[in-house]
Amino acid sequence: MTLQDLLDRILGRQPASATTARERLQLVLAHDRSDLSPELLDQMRREIFEVVAKYVDIDLEEGDVTLETEDRVTALVANLPIRRSMASSKPGS
Amino acid sequence: MTISRTILICSGKGGVGKTTLTANLGIALARQGARTVVLDADFGLRNLDLLLGLENRIVYTAQEVLAETCRLDQALVKHKQESNLALLPAGNPRMLEWLKPEDMQAIVSMLSERFDYVLIDCPAGIEDGFKNAAAAAKEAIVITTPEVSAVRDADRVIGLLNTRGVAPVQLVLNRVRPRMMANQEMLAVDDVTDILALPLLGLVLEDEQVIVSTNRGEPLTLNGSASPAAKAYTHIARRLQGEDVPLMDPAREGRTGLRAKVRRLMQTKIF
Repeated sequence: MTLQDLLDRILGRQPASATTARERLQLVLAHDRSDLSPELLDQMRREIFEVVAKYVDIDLEEGDVTLETEDRVTALVANLPIRRSMASSKPGS
Repeated sequence: MTISRTILICSGKGGVGKTTLTANLGIALARQGARTVVLDADFGLRNLDLLLGLENRIVYTAQEVLAETCRLDQALVKHKQESNLALLPAGNPRMLEWLKPEDMQAIVSMLSERFDYVLIDCPAGIEDGFKNAAAAAKEAIVITTPEVSAVRDADRVIGLLNTRGVAPVQLVLNRVRPRMMANQEMLAVDDVTDILALPLLGLVLEDEQVIVSTNRGEPLTLNGSASPAAKAYTHIARRLQGEDVPLMDPAREGRTGLRAKVRRLMQTKIF
């Protein structure tokens, strides 16, 4: 983010088109590079949530699974805030 | 004997400046004393001959060389003013039906015996034409413009070059408009280099003289033009030859004073 972006955000202005271009590109390239369509990513996101929810109580509202790219390496980044541990109950039981 | 360099000039998207770069870079390298050949690998839509002003001097093409119905030196078209530069014209579009990566490799290996630089003008797209051309290249220059579609296509091409072991791959950013970049209405140079993660070989400003030069069939680098694009192409050639030529900074192009300083401050990345 640049100072200009911050100023635009504070003033509630529409961001400059270059910022929009950069964000749209980053998103589309993450999908291109991983060969994952938004639908597939969404399905995977739901399944990951289901699996993780078996072990810990996660905050579904705050959690997210996204594709992030740096230096042409795309990573699947899961951010799943835990409400409380369910370790006392054995998984699968 | 010097080691020959085979460089693929590609972009993915059409119309971003591959052929113009090939023609200008070919002339610039030749003027700097390097024996250079430009190979038109765009068999479907050939245009390199036209940009070099050699369209009326073609007798044989890569097709006859491959079929062994002519010798290589009969097919090579020497440039009128710049004798260090030769063109190997693309053959008939029907060649696309049978041309294989090995054919391109055969042509390039013949050329690399005689020239210091073999520049391959790649067709647009990522289909067979690209694959054939990429198979024959050791290194590549990816050219793109600061537009979402061109950058996206460049990314696809870079991925394919990486899997084919073509290296190094360097970037040329074409049709840069400093004023639009300053107003944040065009992707910044850093945006493009960060996204594509390639070293920047050169920046070429949007320049009307490019159109004038293509009208005439005389690349800008031929007559030592002082236009911004001519300078950029010459600098790219010098960097390719290993010379350390500083990159132009579009933010400083034609702008000084307080307004420009404030603009630059506003573009500073804060996080």
